[in-house]
Amino acid sequence: MNRNRLQDIIPRLVLSPSVALIVVFVYAFIVYTFYLSMTDSRMLPSYGFVGFDNYEKLWALRHWWRALSNLAIFGSLYIVICSVLGLFLAILLDQKIRGEGFLRPIYLYPMALSFIVTGTAWKWFLDPGIGLENTMHQWGWTGFEFAWIKDRNLAIYTVVIAAVWQSSGFVMAMFLAGLRGVDGEIIKAAQMDGASNVTIYRRIIIPMMRPVFLSAFVVLAHLAIKSYDLVVALTGGGPGQATELPATFMYSYTFTRNQMGIGASSAIIMLVMIFSIIIPYLYSELRPGRQR
Amino acid sequence: MSAKPIPVGAVSAGNKMLRVLLYAVLILFALYYLLPLYVMTVNSVKPLAEIRQGDMLSLPSVLTFEPWAKAWSSAQIGVQPTGLKPYFFNSVLMVVPAVAISTILGALNGYILTKWRFRGDDVIFGLILLSCFIPFQIALIPAARILGTLGIAGTTTGLVMIHVVYGLGFTTLFFRNYYAAFPTELVRAAQIDGAGFFQIFRRILLPSSAPIIVVTVIWQFTNIWNDFLFGVSFGDFDSQPMTVALNNLVSSSGGVKEYNVHFAGAILAALPTLIVYVVSGRYFVRGLMAGAVKG
Amino acid sequence: MSFLKIEKLKKSFGKVDVLKGIDLEIEEGGFLVLVGPSGCGKSTLLNTIAGLEAITSGSISINGKVVNDLHPSQRDIAMVFQSYALYPNMTVAQNIGFGMEIRGVAKAERDAAIAKVAETLQIGALLDRKPSQLSGGQRQRVAMGRALVRDPLVFLFDEPLSNLDAKLRVDMRTEIKRLHQRMGTTIVYVTHDQIEAMTLATRIAVLKDGVLQQFGTPAEIYNKPANLFVADFMGSPSMNLIPATVEVDGGKVGISMQRDEGQPLLLPLGNSAGGLASRHGQKVVFGIRPEALTDLDSADRNATQVSELDCEIEVIEPAGSDTFAVTRLGGREIVARLRADAPIAAGQTARLAFNLDKALLFDPETQERIL
Repeated sequence: MNRNRLQDIIPRLVLSPSVALIVVFVYAFIVYTFYLSMTDSRMLPSYGFVGFDNYEKLWALRHWWRALSNLAIFGSLYIVICSVLGLFLAILLDQKIRGEGFLRPIYLYPMALSFIVTGTAWKWFLDPGIGLENTMHQWGWTGFEFAWIKDRNLAIYTVVIAAVWQSSGFVMAMFLAGLRGVDGEIIKAAQMDGASNVTIYRRIIIPMMRPVFLSAFVVLAHLAIKSYDLVVALTGGGPGQATELPATFMYSYTFTRNQMGIGASSAIIMLVMIFSIIIPYLYSELRPGRQR
Repeated sequence: MSAKPIPVGAVSAGNKMLRVLLYAVLILFALYYLLPLYVMTVNSVKPLAEIRQGDMLSLPSVLTFEPWAKAWSSAQIGVQPTGLKPYFFNSVLMVVPAVAISTILGALNGYILTKWRFRGDDVIFGLILLSCFIPFQIALIPAARILGTLGIAGTTTGLVMIHVVYGLGFTTLFFRNYYAAFPTELVRAAQIDGAGFFQIFRRILLPSSAPIIVVTVIWQFTNIWNDFLFGVSFGDFDSQPMTVALNNLVSSSGGVKEYNVHFAGAILAALPTLIVYVVSGRYFVRGLMAGAVKG
Repeated sequence: MSFLKIEKLKKSFGKVDVLKGIDLEIEEGGFLVLVGPSGCGKSTLLNTIAGLEAITSGSISINGKVVNDLHPSQRDIAMVFQSYALYPNMTVAQNIGFGMEIRGVAKAERDAAIAKVAETLQIGALLDRKPSQLSGGQRQRVAMGRALVRDPLVFLFDEPLSNLDAKLRVDMRTEIKRLHQRMGTTIVYVTHDQIEAMTLATRIAVLKDGVLQQFGTPAEIYNKPANLFVADFMGSPSMNLIPATVEVDGGKVGISMQRDEGQPLLLPLGNSAGGLASRHGQKVVFGIRPEALTDLDSADRNATQVSELDCEIEVIEPAGSDTFAVTRLGGREIVARLRADAPIAAGQTARLAFNLDKALLFDPETQERIL
């Protein structure tokens, strides 16, 4: 009897430190940050309650709007280009390619790099004075101009270029796994029906990739909202505030501008954005998969 | 990867042109992905003067490993001319325990959540899983305070703790998905044989867990080694990881920009994860896929 | 005296009642088979006996000792699993010896016990192999070896043959039966295969939806099924069940059934049906097994009550040892079992013999057997 009881308790006992850590470091922190966002905290946390004042201030800041619109541009281009490029490369690689084992790791290795490294490499590559533009001039194409990274209106697109470089290989791998999972008999049946290869992809295979699109969307969207390191290393948020994202906004308001209340409220907005994407996804993923 | 009976793109001889085009496009993309690495490597072994006037794609006319030596041991990082070396060891000291602890905890959690199920376990799993997705910005302020209260702010111990906590969601997810496919009958047979909780884990599950341990270790290693946000927020000289040092090196404003040293440093910072990737790329892909929730 | 006794056993998962009050017992050396369709609760019942699942209420006792709260390893049972559950990282010998190792039995003693079991099951040559190097039949033997080496009070088998191909399944069935006869141990055996149940059991418990439908010897279950479910579930091809009406005429009791054309068919039921005298005009279900419905030459000579009838044969299914003929009665397809070489072809009308000694009647309302 006693032994049984002990055996019942051990699993929960072993699980509890993890649960406790997560409850404190994730959920209690969310609550705490939410509370901070309602206070007059500046350089240090302070507990003067101000209600939603910080949110009002936040939404009145051009800087924040800039970060949001940058996120919209960056996020949508990043997701769309990565998905399209990833699918495209996966389909090409799925054509019984000789040397697939050689090409695949080349497409994928950027994912192993830190965003700081990626940022460092592309920062220089895109720098007109020393990178691509300079090289083209050296090669004799003196009319060549590529100075997006210095341009307030175009700099955000350089972040897209670097981020796509880093992540598209991963999306390719996801789609490739999806393509390899397609039932060969379905394709045989379509070939019997006389469908051309293009038709088979357009009408049968790509529609079957729906779950992969969804997974890719969720992964990329949450990476986009969290993006911090890349911007720091590539542009530092500049020129001016041209490449500021919510993540960098939060960091600079909290730790360098000493507006902790506003910083906290921006973090809460980020959380809401991510969870509104992730929770429905997880819910739909885990529900039907429940089994005993 | 499974063999498909008919390759959809099995193009007939008449479409040879298409085939050539296909390879051309694939190679073009390979160049696109390789270009930054090539540029970094080539220019890290050029003297600065050659970079300034020469083009970035050409091979070095004078080969020098000076930038590498400098990046490693004498470059100015922040205010001190220490090179990246101390930070490299900071990273190692942080990564090894963080990976080990989070992997062990994840394995035990996965084992419990699949083989010792109890009422409400799926809610707990949901809570753990959701923690993978929180924007870390939300944790920065309170984490700084907690680390301060515990007296481990600015230490490697503090960073290890942070990385363990925010890695738990992934490691638990990986092991849970893996153990869900592990036959429960084996656990039952071992129970009838009289084995207890830890005996079953050690003798029955662990010997079959090598693949998922590899995936988890690679995933955690890559993520923690590459982390910047926590390192810059909670590290100081004795604990700051390689990524933070690299960023300081590259963005230091004073003096001449030594691009070759920057590149050497960037490669040094990327080297451990690149080596892991080259050695175990197959598992790396699997780890990334598992990270995408789908098993 | 009962050796394994289960009383008022209930088990629920949350709001779902999986076992709704099961009473069973088996004597020492008995072979109890739990049979039923998937989801009937038979595996859950076995798991509760093993102690792998806690019970909600009731009691389980083995050899006079209530084991409700004992850990599986302390119940003195051994179990053979459907997937065999061999530890993949251990050799055959380690698999068999694992339980003893956990209990701290000395190495020499362990090896002796392993060797003895290996000899009994003729798996001596396999002892150093890993499970992945074994065939299905060999794995099955090792799994049995792991159970045998414990020398338990009760053996539990959870569909042990369902992963084997048809031929091997029959061989292993015989082997299990031989093992049981030789060792005389008590066995509880779960299967969904009613032929396995019939061939192996000394007692069969038929379950459906967590309720015990009938508990008895194989002959009782087969010849006197308690209700329509048992009648239909046990036997292959299954029993013909035909809607009918009770006809009482003076002292004689019979039943009538609709035919597709012509007059209703009237069959006399003989003396044993006397209890039905009060049921005149009531609707019943007439049950008769295919082997009681034969060509005239195969009819049972000892039967007291045989009726002959012309039937239109729709399909003929030769099965080698017998031939099955499908015809139609009371709006139902019914199956007759003929001699293999009976000169009957599809589309013909043939004369069939009904052995009414074997006739059963069920109440369509309660589903219970009334004759």
